[in-house]
Amino acid sequence: MYPIVKKIIHSPAVKEFEVYAPMVAEKAKAGQFFILRVSEKAERIPLTIADYNREQGTITTIIQELGASSTLFGQMEEGDHILDFVGPLGVPSEIERYDHPVVLVGGGIGIAPIFPIARDLKEAGNEVISIIGARNKELLIWEEKMASVSDQLIVCTDDGSYGRQGFVTDALKDLYEERGQLSALWAIGPMPMMRAITNVTRPWELKTIVSMNPLMMDGTGMCGACRVQVGSETKFACVDGPEFDGHLVDFDLAIKRLSIYKDQEKRALAVLEHKGGHCGCQ
Amino acid sequence: MPCQAPQERVSNFNEVALGYTEEQAIIEAKRCLQCKKPKCRDGCPVEVLIPEFIQAVADGDMATAAKQLKLKNALPAVCGRVCPQESQCESKCIVGIKSEPVAIGRLERFVADWEMAKEEAEEAKVADLDTVDGDQESESSATASPKKQKVAIIGAGPAGLSCAADLARFGYDVTVFEALHVAGGVLMYGIPEFRLPKAIVEKEIDSLRKLGVNLQVNMVGGKTFTVEDLQQKGYEAVFIGTGAGLPNFMGIPGENLCGVFAANEFLTRTNLMKGYDFPNFLTPVISGRKVAVLGAGNVAMDAARTALRLGAEEVSIVYRRSEKEMPARAEEIEHAHEEGVQFKVLTNPVEIVGDEQGWVKGMNCLRYELGEPDESGRRRPVPVEGSEFFMEVDSVIVAIGQGPNPLVTQSTAGLALNRKGTIQADEEGRTSLPGVFAGGDIVTGAATVILAMGAGKKSARAIDQYLQSKQS
Ligand SMILES: Cc1cc2nc3c(=O)[nH]c(=O)nc-3n(C[C@H](O)[C@H](O)[C@H](O)COP(=O)(O)OP(=O)(O)OC[C@H]3O[C@@H](n4cnc5c(N)ncnc54)[C@H](O)[C@@H]3O)c2cc1C
Ligand SMILES: Cc1cc2nc3c(=O)[nH]c(=O)nc-3n(C[C@H](O)[C@H](O)[C@H](O)COP(=O)(O)OP(=O)(O)OC[C@H]3O[C@@H](n4cnc5c(N)ncnc54)[C@H](O)[C@@H]3O)c2cc1C
Ligand code: SF4
Ligand code: SF4
Ligand code: FES
Ligand SMILES: [Mg+2]
Repeated sequence: MYPIVKKIIHSPAVKEFEVYAPMVAEKAKAGQFFILRVSEKAERIPLTIADYNREQGTITTIIQELGASSTLFGQMEEGDHILDFVGPLGVPSEIERYDHPVVLVGGGIGIAPIFPIARDLKEAGNEVISIIGARNKELLIWEEKMASVSDQLIVCTDDGSYGRQGFVTDALKDLYEERGQLSALWAIGPMPMMRAITNVTRPWELKTIVSMNPLMMDGTGMCGACRVQVGSETKFACVDGPEFDGHLVDFDLAIKRLSIYKDQEKRALAVLEHKGGHCGCQ
Repeated sequence: MPCQAPQERVSNFNEVALGYTEEQAIIEAKRCLQCKKPKCRDGCPVEVLIPEFIQAVADGDMATAAKQLKLKNALPAVCGRVCPQESQCESKCIVGIKSEPVAIGRLERFVADWEMAKEEAEEAKVADLDTVDGDQESESSATASPKKQKVAIIGAGPAGLSCAADLARFGYDVTVFEALHVAGGVLMYGIPEFRLPKAIVEKEIDSLRKLGVNLQVNMVGGKTFTVEDLQQKGYEAVFIGTGAGLPNFMGIPGENLCGVFAANEFLTRTNLMKGYDFPNFLTPVISGRKVAVLGAGNVAMDAARTALRLGAEEVSIVYRRSEKEMPARAEEIEHAHEEGVQFKVLTNPVEIVGDEQGWVKGMNCLRYELGEPDESGRRRPVPVEGSEFFMEVDSVIVAIGQGPNPLVTQSTAGLALNRKGTIQADEEGRTSLPGVFAGGDIVTGAATVILAMGAGKKSARAIDQYLQSKQS
């Protein structure tokens, strides 16, 4: 069992957890993820390692409540125990020293997993420019943490309630106008955002790495649920990724594959809310 | 053997074969001729004392029968159910020349179930006494002698578990590291409940715990730890039994469409995650209405029969050879027929076709003829020119075999591998690295439960020898 040592509520559906999982913390690297199962009947869900503390043996993650299993996790409190917690999984980010600035783009809760990558790139001696965005001010997370590992931080909100108004893609275009020479870019966020970023950087021939979040189950290469089409090849995101060359990923297919269990997921959430009495029928 | 009626069982996940009654078992056991040189034993990879245990059954002495069985086979309740007996022990039985061979597998199952039922009854009695006497530590575990060296087992499938059991009996301090949240390997995530009830596997794993084996789940070799880490932590020998869990695909267009699943995904959602009890259990599984299962091994039969139970209207096995060449156990093919699975043989897809939403709507297929035998001795399927046709399906389950899981092999420097990524090991499981042993599907490629168990046992002996010689 894996105790929750800290919980922070960022907004009604976005929660930060620090979980005691020393075996995972010992090996965790930027770009990796873990899988948890909160209780006997819950799904195994993959979540990114947003931070780790090897001394204290903890892993930090930020979760957005979407359906039944993420909501069950979000409802847990400090001191509660998670039944299963396995990792670190996936291939760590490739960190090297580049000649020109590197850009990190985080959208929504994608800001959390971009943080440890930015930190490692900064430590490797790179000039780090970060662009983070959210729908509005309330949904913006980890601005200070990102500022602490970035040479320049650009903040955007869709509605202009904070920072510059607009999408991260607009900020990126402006940055490119100003700076021109960029070495590499990482983008993490919802799939449509990552697709939009790759469409912007393709004509620039800028190395663009995205972190794919397909359906997963075991996370060890056994089930094939996490297949993504990368160029002419089929890759298993859990063992070959989750990071891939964004210019080669078939995002249209990846987005469709996310909806395979849509109807069942709705039913599961309805049952959960019913049990919790939120539907008001009891 | 008595079975649930086909029309009834396709709507539940309960075990299909119901097992012998004691009378039936004794009658069957008396058919055995008690051969002086029992041919049946040569057909069993672990050389079960077949005439001996069958004699005890014929005498009605089930306790002795169970003892005889367990001398060679740690998981008789499992093997009695899933061994391909028709190509192993029963294929060699003398009685089989003129009539039906002695039903060795079914007798094995009967004896194992009899013993489990007896143990359960005894445990219930002990539990009753406990509540009267208050808490008394069990004698056996408290007086265990100090353990020998530490040995690590990676992977809790049949190979790892049987290796662990024997090493624990030899007195070693054994820890099993398993990637999933439960032990059992394919027995838990792959083979369905209706063929191998999970309660049986759990019981076998419990008895392993009672032997003092330390089972650690959620531990991924190559990720959470490496073989080198284990050696540094004082494990003096390591056994790798990580299986063949990497699903193959055909490499045809459309294989990543929504509605195309690897059999492993489909079966794991159903079995391990209990998707058949959705939404009580939260992991969804969908079978589709018209399902094509590609392949004709045990995995394909399991997937097809599972799809029926999840409510599919039409399920077809699509196989490019004929029924004669199908690698599945005879009983599974027969059960699949009875339950209404259709067999589209001499057929293979060349493309999976999707609709605008990215969902499967059918497959373009070719018909085949059998030509000359190939290197496997089976007649080679040859496509018939101009035979292309469209088969309407809304779900495709790919069950065309599995490769070795690469997480451990790729993270272990100096471990020699074969061309297909399996580990190079000798008959006793010795690898190219001293102190590192391997067995089961990770060495042989996808094979059988009993072979994996046999490999685990042989490695246990080799590890014992290795550690003894290391000490002296
Ligand atoms: C490598 C990786 C890292 C991730 N990191 C984070 C993270 O740091 N924070 C975060 O909030 N989310 C993260 N996700 C997504 C998260 O796993 C899903 O949101 C979660 O599993 C949804 O489960 P649910 O039952 O609550 O929702 P459901 O109602 O089941 O699904 C809602 C939607 O979430 C997606 N989803 C469902 N099941 C899975 C699954 N098993 N794996 C992936 N996506 C799924 C689908 O698009 C689905 O339509 C990550 C996913 C991956 C693959
Ligand atoms: C659906 C299906 C039906 C089958 N039916 C039959 C049948 O009827 N009869 C028969 O004889 N055989 C059958 N087989 C084959 C049989 O199950 C296998 O040959 C046998 O299980 C192999 O045993 P193993 O111990 O080598 O590997 P597995 O059973 O595959 O176990 C390997 C274990 O290692 C774990 N593991 C993998 N990687 C790691 C890692 N990196 N770190 C830690 N743990 C890891 C896995 O999670 C798993 O628990 C079937 C197989 C399948 C898939
Ligand atoms: S273990 Fe399998 S092959 Fe051996 S006797 Fe039993 S059923 Fe037959
Ligand atoms: S070969 Fe058949 S008849 Fe002879 S001992 Fe074995 S089971 Fe009995
Ligand atoms: S999650 Fe199962 S293979 Fe990747
Ligand atoms: Mg879900």
